[in-house]
Amino acid sequence: MQNAPELYTFNANRMNTEVSMEDRLWDYIDGLSSPAEKSTVEALMTANVEWQGKYKELLNVHQLMTGTDLDAPSMRFTRNVMDEIARYQVAPATKTYINKKIIRGISGFFLCVIAGLLVYVFGQVKWSSSGSSSLKLPSVDLGPLDKFDTGKFFTSLPVTLFMLIAVVLGLVLLDMYLQQKKKEQVS
Amino acid sequence: MELTDTEIIKKVLAGEQVMFAQLVQRYQQYVFTLVLRFTDNREDAEEISQDVFVKAYRSLADFRGDAKFSTWLYTIVRTSCITFLRKKRLNISSLDNERTNLQVENKESGFTANTIEQKSKHAMVNAAIRMLSPDDTQILTLFYKAEQTLDEIGRVMGLDPNTIKVKLHRARNRLKVKMEKHFSYAVRELYES
Repeated sequence: MQNAPELYTFNANRMNTEVSMEDRLWDYIDGLSSPAEKSTVEALMTANVEWQGKYKELLNVHQLMTGTDLDAPSMRFTRNVMDEIARYQVAPATKTYINKKIIRGISGFFLCVIAGLLVYVFGQVKWSSSGSSSLKLPSVDLGPLDKFDTGKFFTSLPVTLFMLIAVVLGLVLLDMYLQQKKKEQVS
Repeated sequence: MELTDTEIIKKVLAGEQVMFAQLVQRYQQYVFTLVLRFTDNREDAEEISQDVFVKAYRSLADFRGDAKFSTWLYTIVRTSCITFLRKKRLNISSLDNERTNLQVENKESGFTANTIEQKSKHAMVNAAIRMLSPDDTQILTLFYKAEQTLDEIGRVMGLDPNTIKVKLHRARNRLKVKMEKHFSYAVRELYES
């Protein structure tokens, strides 16, 4: 007598074989098998009674499915639809009423804001090193702009929040653009 | 000679509204069958089907022709049915959902072996299909009745074709189980024939 684990393994193997057999037979019936797979399945059906029986069983289901009738709506259906659409007009295609210039303008605005933010952030970094390096970065004299205190504008909470929102929106825009590209490649 | 879908659409877009009737006549049974599998009620199904064609007409200019018109139309069917079911607060989110299974089980209780065994094979299959979940019935109907490929069904349902293939296999297996469970006599006869 088989013990429990052996019996379990035996049943699991048998189930897997059966599932694989059914999947392969369905693919064969649906015409989705490759030519090589098709001849393998045909050889298996000729040699194996179990495959033959399963094939017949699945083919019966397939034939029943293809033979079923469609349900029909009431006789007045077409008339009802035509009466209904008489009140409407075909809406213009979505593409025509989405103005690309506006979208580009918004994108440009956010890109400028992001670029400005990046320049500001990098401007705050202290490039001088406390190490022994004698390398000195060139400094640019901005004249009156040097006296301009940017700190009082960029430290306030609303500006920081605005910057954060702009960054998030920019990332969303970039994500949408990349997704669109991906979709175009897939299609 | 019969006009193709694309030719009819061009005419409708050019202002010949009457031509849309040809598309309605061509696809009304497919649309109605699909919707009926979702709603299980003829009046609701007719109302939704009508709404599907009205929506299709209104957004006809958006049909780009990169897929078959039928595939595009069935996408509208699916969204309309989902909206309808949401309105009715039915949970159709998952096939393995407990509530869906409960609904399916409830559907089963209405059938007795004797009454169904007297019916034709086709009626038996239709009854078995109605016992399945909306997703299963939709995949089976799109594949067998609406002659959609796995890719096209994937477009309609917003899923990968490989996922559709797996779902189709499972739906057929579930259908087979339902038929064997509820119409055992007819199924035995069928296998022996």
